[in-house]
Amino acid sequence: MRKYFDQITRIAGNVVTVTATGVGYDELATITGPHRSSLAQVIRLEGDQVSLQVFAGTQGVSTEDRVHFLGRPMQVPFSDDLFGRVFDGSGRPRDGRPEVQAEAVDIGSPPVNPVKRLLPSKMVRTGVPMIDVFNSLVESQKLPIFSVAGEPYNDLLARVGLQADADVIILGGMGLRHDDYLRFRSTFEQGGVLGRSIMFIHTAADPVVECLLVPDLCLAVGEHFALQGKRVLVLLTDMTAFSDALKEIAIIMEQIPSNRGYPGDLYTQLARRYEKAVDFDGAGSMTVLACVVMPGDDVTHPVPDNTGYITEGQFYLRSGWIEPFGSLSRLKQQVNGKTRDDHRSIMDACIQLYALCRESREKRDMGFEMSEWDSRLLTYGGLFEEQIMNLEVNIPLEEALDRCWGILAECFEPAETGIRRAIIEKHWPKAL
Amino acid sequence: MTGRIVSVFGNMVIAEIDGRVVQNSVGYCCRSDGARLLSEVIRVRGRMADLQVFEETRGLRVGDLVEIEDAMLSVVLGPGLLGEVYDGLQNPLWELAAEAGFFLKPGTYIHALSTEKKWNFTPTAKPGATVDAGVALGWVPEGIFQHQIMVPFSRQGRFTVERVAPAGAYTIEHEIAVLKGEDGRTHPVTMQQSWPVKVPLNVSRQRLMPTEPLVTRVRIIDSMFPIVRGGTYCIPGPFGAGKTVLQQITSRHAEIDIVVVAACGERAGEVVETLREFPELTDPRTGKSLMERTIIICNTSAMPVAAREASVYTAATLAEYYRQMGLNVLLLADSTSRWAQAMREVSGRLEEIPGEEAFPAYLESRIASFYERAGAVELKDGRVASLTIGGTVSPAGGNFEEPVTQGTLKVVGAFHGLSRARSDARRYPSIDPLDSWSKYTGIIDPKKVAKVRSVLRRGSEVRQMMAVVGEEGTSTEDFLVALKADFFDNCYLQQNAFDEVDAATPADRQRFVFDKILAVLELELDVANKDDARKTMVAVTDLFRNWNYAATDSDDYRRILVDIEAFIASAGRSTAGGRHGEPVGEAVAAGALEGAAG
Repeated sequence: MRKYFDQITRIAGNVVTVTATGVGYDELATITGPHRSSLAQVIRLEGDQVSLQVFAGTQGVSTEDRVHFLGRPMQVPFSDDLFGRVFDGSGRPRDGRPEVQAEAVDIGSPPVNPVKRLLPSKMVRTGVPMIDVFNSLVESQKLPIFSVAGEPYNDLLARVGLQADADVIILGGMGLRHDDYLRFRSTFEQGGVLGRSIMFIHTAADPVVECLLVPDLCLAVGEHFALQGKRVLVLLTDMTAFSDALKEIAIIMEQIPSNRGYPGDLYTQLARRYEKAVDFDGAGSMTVLACVVMPGDDVTHPVPDNTGYITEGQFYLRSGWIEPFGSLSRLKQQVNGKTRDDHRSIMDACIQLYALCRESREKRDMGFEMSEWDSRLLTYGGLFEEQIMNLEVNIPLEEALDRCWGILAECFEPAETGIRRAIIEKHWPKAL
Repeated sequence: MTGRIVSVFGNMVIAEIDGRVVQNSVGYCCRSDGARLLSEVIRVRGRMADLQVFEETRGLRVGDLVEIEDAMLSVVLGPGLLGEVYDGLQNPLWELAAEAGFFLKPGTYIHALSTEKKWNFTPTAKPGATVDAGVALGWVPEGIFQHQIMVPFSRQGRFTVERVAPAGAYTIEHEIAVLKGEDGRTHPVTMQQSWPVKVPLNVSRQRLMPTEPLVTRVRIIDSMFPIVRGGTYCIPGPFGAGKTVLQQITSRHAEIDIVVVAACGERAGEVVETLREFPELTDPRTGKSLMERTIIICNTSAMPVAAREASVYTAATLAEYYRQMGLNVLLLADSTSRWAQAMREVSGRLEEIPGEEAFPAYLESRIASFYERAGAVELKDGRVASLTIGGTVSPAGGNFEEPVTQGTLKVVGAFHGLSRARSDARRYPSIDPLDSWSKYTGIIDPKKVAKVRSVLRRGSEVRQMMAVVGEEGTSTEDFLVALKADFFDNCYLQQNAFDEVDAATPADRQRFVFDKILAVLELELDVANKDDARKTMVAVTDLFRNWNYAATDSDDYRRILVDIEAFIASAGRSTAGGRHGEPVGEAVAAGALEGAAG
């Protein structure tokens, strides 16, 4: 049954209203004019007035364009052929290769029944010591990277994607600069992970509505791989662009804004996406790592604030490294007791000493006299930043722990570290 | 009553109805594929009824059928509620998982209680007796409780018991009594009944002044900012300050009969923690699994918004039902901000004129009437029962000036404000000891509490001064006050949530330790200089910390107590410069770190 309607009554922003009947809420449609065709989604039904959010924007839409309803919600093809492919925000290939012929699955599936979730218990190794040692990423965790424009958050995300031990890597880019997209692509290609990664990329030049679909596409595909028993890692960048797209549509739809122009359901919209992170009882898992750019480095801005209430911790990326204070993986204690017996001790001792080092630096900067202890702390801080915090460092957890012991031994006496004696005896590097 | 959909927008449906419509009654939107989506009438304008749909509205069309019932949104009450995990509309999640698998399929609803399970009924009412709503007719054993089978609360007037079923095993649908009304009509009674969630359930002689302390075994709450059975309290705090951890610990250790946990719009992972761990944990007071005294209502952030709004009412109604049996019930709502946001979303869709931060104008009265469902009551048979409500608040940006926090503070009896500074410093619980308050009297004499608070306040003033003038510019007396405040904070206010002993302190021990701490705080320590002062306080801090880790009346406990008493008797001379400096151990640091997470 093909249904065409051509009475377009309103065109405003990215929303087109058409007179039509028998249309389902959330249903997909195509709008076809003489020169262009675009997908659109039903976002409001009012009598015979159907409002559609047009993916490609409404530039050039005429009142005589034809609207064809597809009788199904937005879908994405799902099969192993997706690997190595790049799509745009409406699911079309953007790598110049043909469409993927496969069974289509709905995006925006219902929530997971909480009783079918497992307690998170498996660590995701990333090779980044600041994550593995100090704030371990756990399977099924949802964790944002809070950052500001200009920080290398996309590089960090790419490195995690490259180094993480996941079966499937899905990258969702929202409002990406085109060169960032190319960088992601070449990084994945050179790193040899393109064969197990899938990209959904919306660049800043693309229509804003397509930005809204990117997380849903990524998560729908990820969820189906997880149901097959695979361990999926979803990388999203950046969720602030997504939230701004939500804001734009909400204002066009004349919704009452709640906080700084964002719609009142921002929390719900974000939570519905982040909460897709899951460790299925009886299938695989999906882990979500997302970049959130904090406008003006303000963590109380509605986007980072609502995100913080949803996610299980956060990483702060500042001055080129992951800030050891404030960054927190809420799930780390589920896994870091099971890696190596010195993991927790090193984690606490290194951070406490680094905190002392920062105090000493403050003292130094204020012109106070440096004691011998202060100067050792300063040496320690320098080594720690260079060998551990540096984002270029790519070593497995065990090697990172050994390296921490090395730094500690170089700067301190065993008792000064505050580490329990039994652990010291076992791990303190013996003098050569 | 039936109608047809004329408009769909988000989870709002407007339907044109023929005939009578009851405000807040239940409706079903019938999707063309046969699924019936539960909804609720929230506004009537002429023949138009606005419904909020408790499911995703995907696929609904203009012209689809809407069936409207007379009844308001209700829950089923009867034996079998304890230990269950429900969604916000009382669908049992384990059964849903068995039927629908990994996902919550829209339009799948399951009866909240098993209709097959048989319960051993013991009658207590005699035929011929006169009864009215809420009077027990008999009981069945449910876990460690005698679950009273009561005359349905909705029955108005007086009834004569015609007959009662003999002792035996029956299902909840079996007739266990027949009542005869004054008009001569007879009414069969089963073990289950229903009650509309938005109407408070309270069949009692009178409401009482809540006075009996509710011991949570969290020292800073019980000693400094107590709550009482039948009282209300709130826990506002920015993200990461430990609201949920605090509620989880409370749900484990609180000295109360039944705990209803309403996970409202929060992370699914946190509910999973509760529902996977509680069956494994034993309640130290009964020796049974903690799950046997717990009901979990979970409507996590990804689940439909309208059901989130209903979920706190569902939880309150179940809690009130057990209160009717003479039990003391604690309802923990996490978080009321998400519930308020759900109201905001609905209000926005109804295009109501927004109040502050776009919350509806009726926000404060809704919050007030929710907390008013708490209370201690004298039941018709003279027994006293209570419902205590504790809600967390998640203020945007951690700013307590926002409408939900302010609306809550007006109506609760205790305020446990969590502070970002304390949680960043890994102090658990991160309740701010200077800003928080309680209107109730707890297990410690208020005069003693006042003394300690003044030490804390002065200590904080000295610290602020010291930040400006430095340690050198502070007198030794002032410095000592700051050290004493730190000592109290470290040894009493903070607890290690991961240490078996320190995680939960019973009331007796709290009173005992508090007195010792107060004695130390009141000591006139004779110290030569600041270093000496610091050494003395470090020594006594170490003593008390280790004491906190020692099981009551263990050898360690007694040994340390002797040292503490010697310290007090000698005004700090017995240990000063002696055994101080011994590190408390990294386990403490690690525990404190972990305690702050969540």
